[in-house]
Amino acid sequence: MSLSLEITDPGMAVAVQDLGRFGLRRFGVPVAGALDPTLLACANALLGNPPEAAGLELLVGGPALKATEGSVAIALAGEVSAQRIGADGAASPVKPWTALVLAVGETLRVGPPRKGIAYLAVSGGIQSEPMLGSRATYRRARLGGFLEKGGSLPCAGPGALHQGKDWTWENAPIRVLPGPQDDHFPEASLEALERQSFQVGPASDRMGLRLSGQAPLSHNDKGAEIATDGVVPGVIQVPGDGQPIVLLADGQTTGGYAKIATVIAADLPRLGHLRPGETVRFKRVTREEARKALKERQAAFARWRAGLTGAAGAIDQAALYRANLISGAVSGQE
Amino acid sequence: MAGHPGRTAQISELAERVKLLWLGDQAITLELPEENAERVLGLAAALDRKIAEGAFPGAGEAVPAIRSVTLHYDPLSADPESWLDDLRALAAEAPTARPQARDFTLPVCFDADFAPDLADIAKNPKDFIEALTAETVTVKMLGFLPGFAYLGDVPEPCRAPRRKTPRSTVPAGSVAVAGAMCAAYPWTSPGGWNLIGRTPAKLFDPANPERPALLAPGDKVRWKAVSRAEFDRS
Repeated sequence: MSLSLEITDPGMAVAVQDLGRFGLRRFGVPVAGALDPTLLACANALLGNPPEAAGLELLVGGPALKATEGSVAIALAGEVSAQRIGADGAASPVKPWTALVLAVGETLRVGPPRKGIAYLAVSGGIQSEPMLGSRATYRRARLGGFLEKGGSLPCAGPGALHQGKDWTWENAPIRVLPGPQDDHFPEASLEALERQSFQVGPASDRMGLRLSGQAPLSHNDKGAEIATDGVVPGVIQVPGDGQPIVLLADGQTTGGYAKIATVIAADLPRLGHLRPGETVRFKRVTREEARKALKERQAAFARWRAGLTGAAGAIDQAALYRANLISGAVSGQE
Repeated sequence: MAGHPGRTAQISELAERVKLLWLGDQAITLELPEENAERVLGLAAALDRKIAEGAFPGAGEAVPAIRSVTLHYDPLSADPESWLDDLRALAAEAPTARPQARDFTLPVCFDADFAPDLADIAKNPKDFIEALTAETVTVKMLGFLPGFAYLGDVPEPCRAPRRKTPRSTVPAGSVAVAGAMCAAYPWTSPGGWNLIGRTPAKLFDPANPERPALLAPGDKVRWKAVSRAEFDRS
């Protein structure tokens, strides 16, 4: 049985994301994918989906989705709220961190995230057509899934219905490893990277965060420009004006500015939540500390997932699914 | 390599001069002592082979640039510290690769609408166009955007520094110069290069997953001037 959700409102900048598009950087194709893969994995886990299943990433807006062909299980992760609107127009609030089943005729109207970013998962993951091996959206090259009013989001069959605790990120400085071009900076600039807080500029997007700090990160006589080389999401490049740019998931694959430091993998998901006007601090760590931080994050996610319980009303909701299967059999589609 | 003491000495000397640069905990850049496109491509190919053989468990992709190759890896499953000697040896020993260079002739329209910077950077736009279309340029690397090829070196009269203030929007297809390089923007994007024309060529095609980018390192490109009418027809 094929299931889908009708997009009654695409919402601003809402896009399909999975864990990204790998293996094509040599052609200039960025990885893209979820800014916070852990939070996407949380939304997926609430429905029993694997972490890599595609979901919707909510940055500044929220979509409205209507179940038209059959009931569909949905889960929200992040600081976001939503309303379930019945076929009769009656609205009731819906919380994140618990799976819900949207019955035929019902609409879920999702608000913009109150803070940071949020994810919406559907049972089985969004089944949009993969492009170059991934469903991740990379707008600049029109790769991936776009939400259009009146369009539909294909979903897969029923899965689990769980609820869990809120997953929250600690509010600590973002940890970095110096380099690859820390030799283009005097020690004073590495200290300035740690000592001050940086403000996130208005031109920031999924490509990168443009930061401004009171003390610019000046270069030594090696200067700001290098022979263009490889970059990763999280790298902190410093152009001639000394104001750093941190690349994110949609960042280019190579860059020609000296890179003073690189955010560790464990803290990369937290970067994606920063909004223009907010501030961020950095802290240098060792490679050993970076490795430990990543293991701790994995362990924390495993603990979170182990704490999942059946969603409230899961049995009633499961009944809706059975109705689905029956109607599917009767109508004989697929 | 036995019986070739000279060559072994050369390799170890080169190995000393290879720089291994950590890119956080997700990648490592192998930087060669000098810019050498054939050596970069040889190293990237050697890394590809080693990754396919399983020599670097957890390694992802090897991405060539101007004088370096960046090896991406999964920080959870890889132990890249244990690769360092092998990577250094590989960088020193990798043969130069002469890629199967293909020849492309790409149309470019120098209509004033498409070339807002031409008058600023060229003493005489006609001479600039003649110089640019008279010689072939070589694809040095791909990066920045899907299908964006860095081409060089352009003849002396076509060289110009990057714009002091980058444009927030460069239209797709724009042909641009910066320093000794030129490029065509496959996609609308911000950009700081000087815009001197526009090409109708399709530079990236997601329907071709094996080779989505039209150009590859080593390819030769000759720009061919077309009229506005020809551009509009294509």
